[in-house]
Amino acid sequence: MIDYILPEYKVDRDFTRCVGCQACERQCSNKVHYKDFDLDVMKAHEENCVNCQRCVLICPTHAITIKRNDQAQPTSNNWTGEYIQDIARQAESGAVLLTGMGNPRPYPIYWDHMVLNASQVTNPSIDPLREPMETRVILGSKPQKLEIDEKKRTIKTPMPPSRQLDVPVMFSAMSFGSISLNAQKSMAMAARELGTFFNTGEGGLHKDLREYGDNAIVQVASGRFGVDQDYLNAGSIIEIKIGQGAKPGIGGHLPGEKVNEEVSTTRMIPEGTDAISPAPHHDIYSIEDLRQLIYALKEATRYEKPVSVKIAAVHNVAAIASGMARAGADIIVIDGFRGGTGAAPTRIRDNVGIPIELALASVDQRLRDEGIRNTVSLVPAGSFRCSSDIVKAIALGADAVYCGSAPLIAMGCHMCQSCTKGTCNWGIATQDPVLTRRLNPEIASERIVKLMTAWNHEIQEMLGGMGINAIESLRGNRLALRGVGLNEKELEVLGIKYAGEVM
Amino acid sequence: MKRVYSLEDRCLNCRLCEVACKTAHSATGDTFKAYKWEEPEPSARVHVEGTNKASIAVNCRHCAEPNCVEGCIAGAMKKDPETGIVTCDKDKCVGCRTCMAMCPFGAVRVEEYALKCDLCTTGYGDGDPACVRACINQALIFVESDEAELLAVERSGE
Repeated sequence: MIDYILPEYKVDRDFTRCVGCQACERQCSNKVHYKDFDLDVMKAHEENCVNCQRCVLICPTHAITIKRNDQAQPTSNNWTGEYIQDIARQAESGAVLLTGMGNPRPYPIYWDHMVLNASQVTNPSIDPLREPMETRVILGSKPQKLEIDEKKRTIKTPMPPSRQLDVPVMFSAMSFGSISLNAQKSMAMAARELGTFFNTGEGGLHKDLREYGDNAIVQVASGRFGVDQDYLNAGSIIEIKIGQGAKPGIGGHLPGEKVNEEVSTTRMIPEGTDAISPAPHHDIYSIEDLRQLIYALKEATRYEKPVSVKIAAVHNVAAIASGMARAGADIIVIDGFRGGTGAAPTRIRDNVGIPIELALASVDQRLRDEGIRNTVSLVPAGSFRCSSDIVKAIALGADAVYCGSAPLIAMGCHMCQSCTKGTCNWGIATQDPVLTRRLNPEIASERIVKLMTAWNHEIQEMLGGMGINAIESLRGNRLALRGVGLNEKELEVLGIKYAGEVM
Repeated sequence: MKRVYSLEDRCLNCRLCEVACKTAHSATGDTFKAYKWEEPEPSARVHVEGTNKASIAVNCRHCAEPNCVEGCIAGAMKKDPETGIVTCDKDKCVGCRTCMAMCPFGAVRVEEYALKCDLCTTGYGDGDPACVRACINQALIFVESDEAELLAVERSGE
C-alpha cells in the first residue's frame, strides 16, 4: 500500500563535515539517524524526524541541518499541503489529530501591534542601574479600604492571605506526567531562587518536590489527581483549574504508558492506568458551585492560602471572571488561546478560544467597572515570549503573568510540537528514564534563572524609560500603550489609543 | 591533584568526549581531518562503555601508585612527580601491552604505542581537558580529588 504521508522534514547532512561519530544516532529517540556500515556513511529515516534539533545542536562538526521537506504541493491557498497531509493522516488512522505546544496559526498577535511610551523632555526617565526600581508584586485579594491604628502603627483591617513575587513572572502549570520530574524540579529550583512560584499542574506534587512547597502553586483540576489535605497544605497557593488555553472545554488524557510507578504514586492512581481529567468539574455547574469549592479549599487550609481560579479565555470571559471574583477567588488566571499544552486535539488548539490580549483587557475593564478589581489579582497566561510582552500585559491590567513555554525553551525545548509522542529528545515531555536523564536540573534551573533575571532587567529598563519606578505604578495604565495597525474595534476592546493620538 | 571524574547518572552515551579527545590528540586539531584524512588516524583516550540505558566514560585515574608505571618494561610510562599526571613516552614504548593488562580501569589502549589520557597537557591549550569541555550534560568534571569525594557524598545523599 502507498504511504500517503510525506516526510515533513529533510535531514541535510554535509558530508564534507560528517565524521560518522554516530552521536546523532545515539541521541535520537525517534530513530532517524543510522550508520550504513557497508558504505561507511550516516543515513536518515527522514519520515521519523520531528525537527527537535537535538542532533543539529550536538553534532560536533555542525554537519546537520534540518529542512522543511519542500515537496511541491498543489498551487492552492485553500488546499494547502498541511490540510492535505492532515487528511492523509486521518484517512489512515481514523483518529482525532493530536498535537502539542501552543496555537501556531497566523492569528494577529496584538503584542506586536502595541507600542510602549517613553519619557522625553517634560518628564524624567529613570536609570534602573542607579536608582531603585521595584519589580515586586503582591498577589491576592486586597481590602476595599485600609483602617490604620495610628497610635499602635498597625493595620486594623483584616488582611486576606497574599503572596509576594520578586519578579512579575510565575511558571505555568505543567503536570508531572506531562513533563518529566527533572523538568518540574528545574522550575521548582528556579522559582525558589527567583522568589516566585512554579505550578504543579494537575498531576500532584512529587515527594521530592515537597521541599519546594513554599514556591509551589498546587493545582486542583477536574481529575483531582494527587489531591489530599497534605497536598493542599504543602503548596503556597491553591489553584482550581477549570480550563486551559490550548484546549478550552476539553479535559486531559495521560496515556497509561506514561503512568509509571512515580507518576502513579504522585497522582494516587493505579500504575499503568490512563489518567483521564474530565472536561468539566463534575461538582461545578455554576458560580455558586465554584464558590463552594473555593471555600472548601480555604477551609481545608485554614484560610491561610490564596485560592486562584484558572479559566481559558473564551467569548464571555469578562462576565465569567466577574463571577469568579464574586465566588471568592483571590487570583484569577486567564489562559489565552496561544497557551501551550503537552497534548491537545489539533483542531481545538487551533480554533477554540480568544487572544489573551483582548481577554485580559476586557476582564480588567469589567472588574474595574464593577468596582471589584481590588478583590482579585489578575494573571494572564498563554505565550509570553519576551519581557516587552509582559510589560504590555501589565499596562493592560495584569498583576503578574504565567510563562510556560519560555522556561521550557530555556531548558532545551525547540517547539517541535511532538510532546504527545513521549519521545522528547530534550528530556522534558517524556517519562523514559533514558531521556529524562538528559535534563540536568542543575543546568536547566540555572538557565531559567538567567532568562528571568535578564527579563527582569529589561522590564526595569522599560519601566525606567517611561519614568516609572515600580510595576505597581504601571498596572492598568493603558495610556502607556498605543496601537499600531489596529482597527477601531480592536482599540476599543484593548482600551488603548492609536499611535500619534494625544492624551 | 585535579582529575577527570565521570558521573554515570549524567552520562548520556553521546560519546562526544571521544570525538573531542580524538580531535585534541590529532596533528591538525580539525575533527574532520582527524577522522577522515590524518595518517595514522589519531585515537581517543577516553572511552564510553555501555548503552543509552547506562553508560560511563572511562578514562585514566592517574593513580597515586600506578600499576602501568610499575609494570612498564621500557621505562616509557612515567608519573610526573610534580603534577601527578601519568604519560607514556611514545619513543620509548615498545608496545608490549603490560600496562594495558595491569590497568585496573581499562584506561590504557595499545596500538603502535600505549595511548592514554594526558589530561590534555600535551599542547591542547588551557582550561579543562577537551572531553570535559565537550560534555553536554556535565557528566565529566575536572576537579581536585578531595572535592570529588565531597561531591560523591553529597550526591549519594540525594
